[in-house]
Amino acid sequence: MEDYKQTILDYVIKEYLEDDEDEEITFDTELISGGIVDSFSMVSLKRFLENKYEIQIPDADASPEAFDTVNSIAALVDRIKQA
Amino acid sequence: MSTTPRYEDAIRDFDWVQVEKELGYTQGGDINIGWYCTDRICEQGLADKPALIWEGFKGDKRTYSFDEMRILTDTFAAWLQDLGVGPGERVCLFMDRLPELYFGVLAVLKMGAIAQPLFSAFGEDSLWTRLDNAGTSVVITQRKHVKKVRRIVDRLPALKRVVVVDAEGFPLKGPEVALALDDLPPAGNFKVHPTTAESPSILHYTSGTTGQPKGAQHVHYSLVSQYITAKWVLDLQPEDIYWCNADPGWVTGTSYGIIGPWANGITQAVLDSGFNAEKWYDFIARNRVSVWYSAPTAIRLLMKEGAELARQHDLDCLRHLCSVGEPLNAEAVIWSEEAFGKPFHDTFWQTETGCMVITNFPGMKVKPGSMGRPFPGITAAVLDPVEFTPLEGPGKVGVIALKPGWPSLIRTYWNNEQGYRGKFKNGWFVCGDQATVDADGYFWFVGRDDDVINTGGHLVGPFEIESALLEHPAVAESAAVAKPDPVNMEVVKAFVALKPGFEPSADLDLEIMNFIRKKLSPLAMPQEIEFVEELPKTRSGKIIRRVLRAREFGEPLGDLSTLMSD
Repeated sequence: MEDYKQTILDYVIKEYLEDDEDEEITFDTELISGGIVDSFSMVSLKRFLENKYEIQIPDADASPEAFDTVNSIAALVDRIKQA
Repeated sequence: MSTTPRYEDAIRDFDWVQVEKELGYTQGGDINIGWYCTDRICEQGLADKPALIWEGFKGDKRTYSFDEMRILTDTFAAWLQDLGVGPGERVCLFMDRLPELYFGVLAVLKMGAIAQPLFSAFGEDSLWTRLDNAGTSVVITQRKHVKKVRRIVDRLPALKRVVVVDAEGFPLKGPEVALALDDLPPAGNFKVHPTTAESPSILHYTSGTTGQPKGAQHVHYSLVSQYITAKWVLDLQPEDIYWCNADPGWVTGTSYGIIGPWANGITQAVLDSGFNAEKWYDFIARNRVSVWYSAPTAIRLLMKEGAELARQHDLDCLRHLCSVGEPLNAEAVIWSEEAFGKPFHDTFWQTETGCMVITNFPGMKVKPGSMGRPFPGITAAVLDPVEFTPLEGPGKVGVIALKPGWPSLIRTYWNNEQGYRGKFKNGWFVCGDQATVDADGYFWFVGRDDDVINTGGHLVGPFEIESALLEHPAVAESAAVAKPDPVNMEVVKAFVALKPGFEPSADLDLEIMNFIRKKLSPLAMPQEIEFVEELPKTRSGKIIRRVLRAREFGEPLGDLSTLMSD
């Protein structure tokens, strides 16, 4: 779980914050409501998780709430991996 | 208590001149949208009334009265003049939904320049295309987005200044200059530029099937349409708190997120936040929002969260709901009755029309799934797609068209008069959507009649995506088409043929998605990429998108006789 969190955080910083070095994000930063990742960009983040962790995330689970923080994303990945 | 007339009465008695009189405007006189939204409201005795209740996503909140907005927009306009900006110059506003965005648009209009708001999620290619085409001389932005401007500034010879509104402690470069609006001494004697009806006001870029996006040029006279449609269709009353979800980077965000409501002296609430159902409901409840103008994509996202979540919040304040951007499906209308106790009223219009043209007028029977009937003063019809003559009788599929003559129809496409002229057929302005009309005069959306992709209520042109795809080192050729989507109505799907030496893979798929997201925007990013050996082409070598699109929609493929290999 901790590994997931750091990997996801690093990816979000690299892919979604390249123009905003001022923004400091943590595992709890609100990504969707904070405007860092929008509902369209969520699709590429979902694709990254599926590729990286060799999982399928059902569309019903890929909600803005589930993707709103690194913590919630890592929890989702963990749940799917363990299922 | 609504003061909006009955639809039948409004249709019978409507006269644009009457609206002009209500605004105190006479033909040939001065008309400046910035003045109408601020100074005039103050002169009507509403100086102390809240104009803007703004909340950031972190919970910070600011409220501005109409008088404070008048002073800030005067100050902003005077500062731009001192910077050397003159009437007619294009000033781009490229930022999130900060108060400076709203005041900046009005300030630019007050000083007679042309406001060019652009969606802040645009990547550098999308930004460059629009700034280059417009010959923009000033970009007003924030530190979060300034690096995108920095990467293209050398390729924009007309660009003189880049204004950063939150530059404190931020090192500026080259043509960048800081603006701390709240710290400026108020401009005491600013004189609003005497714009007239046909003076250019706002430039909004919109996508078509062919070529790069076109700059739809509006004029100050558009106010007349935006004022009365906001007043009647949104059913705005003096005591209302109004929330428009749309970003001012798109036409809804200016026509009905700035001009329409403020010209009516209405208090607007703005939330600078991405989608979050819980936060949205909380925002509505805390600010006692009574009129809400939203979009089908947002409504469908709320539907996914369930009606129960809505009922857990105190949303009795909501009095009137409207929707725009794409057709509102019947299920969403029915769901809103369940969740909010009232239906969303669908409205139809486009960047080019400047105002709502077909609407579910307050008090009119809502037929779930229909876009409603033409607004008073607007003549709409569905035309035969070949002859461009009105189709008589109900239920026949044709293209939606409007008789020119309402105030807010655009006057041209920037640097593209030919493209503008091409929108008119047989004396009608042709919208590009197909519809039927029923026996009661209600319009029903059928589909687009071109290759433009309507995703989440935003039009995305395939040409712009395909051009960007070709810049990726692995892509030999590509086609971008619409694919049906339950939330966004349509999303972008790309068919990609790879260059020799590249193989399809999940990593390449993601790399191309992110490549487009950063170059253009998240809206333009293909949500699905299908790697193909070759694309369907005519014998002359032109890619036939309609075949690919038809496959995605499960529709007949049509005439394939011109295909290169049948």
